[in-house]
Amino acid sequence: MLHHITLTVNGDAFELDVDPRRTLLEALRDKLELRGTHLGCNTGDCGACTVLLDGEPVPSCLVLAVDADGHEVTTVEGLVQDGQPHPVQNAIVAHGGIQCGYCTPGIVISSVALLKRNPHPTEAEVREAIAGNLCRCTGYQKIVEAVMDVANGK
Amino acid sequence: MWRMASNPPAFSIVGQRIPKLDAIDKATGHAEYGHDVHLPGTLVGKILYADVPHARILSVDVSRAKRLLGVKAVITGADNPARKFGYGADNTPLKADKVRTRRDEVAAVAAVDEDTAEEALELIRVEYAPLPALFDPAAALAEGAPLVHEDKASNLFTRYNYSHGDGERAFDAADVVVEGDFDLPYVTHGAMETSFCLAAFDLQGRVTLWSTTQIPFLLQRDLAEALGIPGRDIRVIQPAIGGAFGRGLDVYPFEPIAALLAKAAGKPVRIAFTREEEFIASATRQPAQVHVRSAAKRDGTLWARDARLLLDAGAYISWGAVTPLVMMETVASLYHVPHARFVADVVYTNNPPTGAMRGYGNPQSTFFVEVQMDELADRLGMDPVEFRLRNANGPNEETPQGLRITSCGLRECIGEAARRIGWQTKDNSRQKDREPQAEDKASHLRQGIGIAATLNVGGGARIYRSDGCGATVKVDDFGRVTLITGSTEIGQGSETALAQIVAECMGVCLEDVTVLNSDTSVKPWDVGTHASRTTFIAGNAARRAAEDAKRQILEAAAKLLRVPAADLETRGRLIFPRGEASRAVSFDKVVRSMHYREGGNVVVGTGWYDPPTHLVDKDTYKGNISAAYGFGAQAVKVEVDIETGKVRVLRIVAAHDVGRAINPMYVEGQIEGGIQMGIGYALTEQLQVREGRILNPSFLDYRVPTALDMPPVESVIIETADPEGPYGAKGVGEMGVTPTAPAIANAIYNAVGVRMTQLPMTAERVLRELKKKE
Repeated sequence: MLHHITLTVNGDAFELDVDPRRTLLEALRDKLELRGTHLGCNTGDCGACTVLLDGEPVPSCLVLAVDADGHEVTTVEGLVQDGQPHPVQNAIVAHGGIQCGYCTPGIVISSVALLKRNPHPTEAEVREAIAGNLCRCTGYQKIVEAVMDVANGK
Repeated sequence: MWRMASNPPAFSIVGQRIPKLDAIDKATGHAEYGHDVHLPGTLVGKILYADVPHARILSVDVSRAKRLLGVKAVITGADNPARKFGYGADNTPLKADKVRTRRDEVAAVAAVDEDTAEEALELIRVEYAPLPALFDPAAALAEGAPLVHEDKASNLFTRYNYSHGDGERAFDAADVVVEGDFDLPYVTHGAMETSFCLAAFDLQGRVTLWSTTQIPFLLQRDLAEALGIPGRDIRVIQPAIGGAFGRGLDVYPFEPIAALLAKAAGKPVRIAFTREEEFIASATRQPAQVHVRSAAKRDGTLWARDARLLLDAGAYISWGAVTPLVMMETVASLYHVPHARFVADVVYTNNPPTGAMRGYGNPQSTFFVEVQMDELADRLGMDPVEFRLRNANGPNEETPQGLRITSCGLRECIGEAARRIGWQTKDNSRQKDREPQAEDKASHLRQGIGIAATLNVGGGARIYRSDGCGATVKVDDFGRVTLITGSTEIGQGSETALAQIVAECMGVCLEDVTVLNSDTSVKPWDVGTHASRTTFIAGNAARRAAEDAKRQILEAAAKLLRVPAADLETRGRLIFPRGEASRAVSFDKVVRSMHYREGGNVVVGTGWYDPPTHLVDKDTYKGNISAAYGFGAQAVKVEVDIETGKVRVLRIVAAHDVGRAINPMYVEGQIEGGIQMGIGYALTEQLQVREGRILNPSFLDYRVPTALDMPPVESVIIETADPEGPYGAKGVGEMGVTPTAPAIANAIYNAVGVRMTQLPMTAERVLRELKKKE
């Protein structure tokens, strides 16, 4: 039995009929074709699927689509405004904080959420904020440097 | 980053810190990975694994699964003739007669959705007659042990037996001998994107695979064997790959299974591993049981090494079985070793199959070699850095094993790493670090520093008949330069390095270069991405193709400008007589002039590079398998809690000789990422395998280092301008990972005086050693 939900994704309102067992991640990827949000583990351990739900970072593999009914979701695609990537996206590119890039959308989302609630974090706070986002390529160093640069207005 | 150049680079694009060509797509969610590829009507493929370690298959009943609404195909080993594939030619896509490991594929289904496919798997009934199973490679070698493969005479797949020098007599002549057993664990790649394959047949019986492979052309060949169709009817497409680290160096059963399902169902079939499946059904790094001796002369001359290894291959042989070739290099050729022996038995068991993983045997051998280097220094009363420098390899020497070392910055690497970590060399006074600081005498924290070095292939590795790569460079009417390379991008940034090489060579801007590298029906042949070879091998091929295209363009420009081609210069999209920029013609105009005329031509340059190396001798294992060797040294500072045994890495200095950094930002990225994997290997990562079952198949229970676990890494790039490398570059992909664990072990010894010989060095194990010492 499908459930009818309405949600706002990246500023646009959507009405969807979803199976109550399906996750927000599946709804985003399969129904809305927003495939920048990645499936890494489906158990909330890796952070590749992190999105903003009403401004808070959540692993979208642990949120049922029906629970997003009436809520506002921002995905990595939604951070690009008027063709301009978010400063965090630009910084992570410029610093070489991307290799395979599979974890990148989740890390960008976690970092954007951090800077929103704490515009001037310490390096330790940046590391804490992305500790739930596993990256197997970079060793995190350039990612942390990128986020610190944005925080420092560089 | 500090960069030490032997001669300052005079390049405009090579050597620049340029973001990856695909970085902005990846940062904004626009890159398309395998998991993102959707074809209309695609079915979900799922595999039924045996979950018994060794058994005869009595029956497989798929009748109920076939009747389930939404199931489009169910296949078993019985209806697919056993076509063997893989490095050991011992595996089949689906098993018909018996299963040899719990992850063996017994049946597979294709259904309209995930739920239906899973339900169908539950409806399949398999009857087994259990066979005695082997979980210990030593037991597998015992007389009368059951055979994993009954068509083979024993469970010993192969023995690698190498020696140079005087053998046992060398140890009699030594002044100091250290001896120990090392126990190295199963670890796994843990790439963030799980393994993926989408197979689609056309109506002419040709199949296209979208794959996370690192070896598209070998996949084509292996798949042809497994499916029994000609390789020319197989096309492999590689979307963006979400990490690989050696995982994609072999063909796995799920790839032919996806094709078999697609054929049976008459529709495209995708198999995307779940994370649990990724832990269970992709390969691991070989666990190793090692007995090693190292010896030195009293004057500090390294004298002899003898390593005996038992390597558990698991139930099937992959390219991972060749890792002893790399292990023996470190045993026989890292530092000057007058006498060396290396014996490794690669053994079949009923454990999970092992494979290739970053470092390819080198993380294992560098661990025991470098820990014993430290022990020898300690026994000699010599400073570990001084001992290493005294015996270090240098440029332009041939090791007794036959490695022809040309460029070599090992001494600089050791020196820089030691200096920057704050090593006190004069009186072996690292001792001071063992004492708690005055103000916290009561503290339970002890700090120590340690160092380890590494030798890696840096100019390809001929483990296959060809170590070559092809490249094509074409230039269009508007000056867009397209490099079509055989090589594979797995996230490491090779396509950007290759674009830099092409732009530098042709005198165009980097943004003018497009790299195509993802389709076997377009790109020329390449062995695959492994052995840190891509920048070196594919870089040389790309440079040759670019030079060929450039030559064609300059010949045309020479006619236009009425100047000999040899007197022309290219820079910033312009071509002009050397020193006369005012007479420049634009690059694209010259290209157009070449085909807007009678008897014209298109600009297509080709290049093939196969390095001047050879396969090792099959009996002596001697020979020069790489055209260049990379070196590095890492110095670490750790803090050990003597009450809990917990080890924290405070700082790492990593100095690596990369020949020339084509893109220093991603050279650092390889080093930093390698160190992350090295810290995991050292401290936290271990697949717990009991009776062939992996007990911790999740990121919750298999601990990959997080941002909080990573110390600051200071990368020092040592440039030695390799004579054979493209613009002097050597490979860097793997060597970041190899010295980390032994450097940490040596730092732990410096901090608290215990020698760790088992990985990972968990708090529990360190505490146990501390208690033993008391």
